[in-house]
Amino acid sequence: MSARTIRPAPVRKSITVKTDAARAFEVFTGRMGRWWPRSHCIAASPQKDVVVEPKVGGRWYEIGEDGSHCSWGKVLAWEPPTRLLLAWQIDGNWKYDPNFITEVEVRFTALAEGETRVDLEHRNLDRFGDKIDDVRSKIDSPNGWGGILKIYAEVAEADV
Amino acid sequence: MTDAAAALAALADPTRRQIFERLASGPRAVGEIARGLPVTRPAVSQHLAVLKSAGLVRDQAAGTRRIYEIDPKGLGTIRAWLDQFWDTALASFKDELEGTKGNR
Repeated sequence: MSARTIRPAPVRKSITVKTDAARAFEVFTGRMGRWWPRSHCIAASPQKDVVVEPKVGGRWYEIGEDGSHCSWGKVLAWEPPTRLLLAWQIDGNWKYDPNFITEVEVRFTALAEGETRVDLEHRNLDRFGDKIDDVRSKIDSPNGWGGILKIYAEVAEADV
Repeated sequence: MTDAAAALAALADPTRRQIFERLASGPRAVGEIARGLPVTRPAVSQHLAVLKSAGLVRDQAAGTRRIYEIDPKGLGTIRAWLDQFWDTALASFKDELEGTKGNR
């Protein structure tokens, strides 16, 4: 078994929308609460809105019906109308963790005739495993989990 | 997420971890896996059953033997969830942009 680090492949999605890049970017970021699937909130209260603060370092959070805020992550790159980089900081246990970061990059590419292609990539997925590793390592031998998860990721990826 | 937790729980046992690591180098029959391990062959079979139910390994019959290997689909629980999630989210985003309220 080689020592190199093998990671699960990023999730990549593309979709073409019938609008210009500026509006696609604006709706993606500024009206996220309008289109974000409601079944995927992590707060105790039902989701009322989702906010992406329009600047690098801006917060990405959910507002519940009760007015509570629940952090999801932050803005790592803010380059309207072409590129957005978000830090998804919800871990594998459905908890916000400021030390846990996976990246969601969204690119908006203008096509002919007022269409825009939206390419989304959610990467660093191996860190979900690392995170569980953090918890488990306290009751286990050092280096045990990371190695296993890497082996597993390598085999899994090779078979894709 | 739950499946991933189950997978990690299954690997919390040192013997199961050893078995799993042996399979990392390729598919093996039960007898081969058991060789050199300080547990009985039936015990190895039980451990394999746990790994299988956690989605970590899969098996197939080869004559009278069962061959075990790492299940490549097991890893992807979180990944598969995200894959499906982003499909749903982007479709909803497109609807928001192109639906009646979204048209300019």
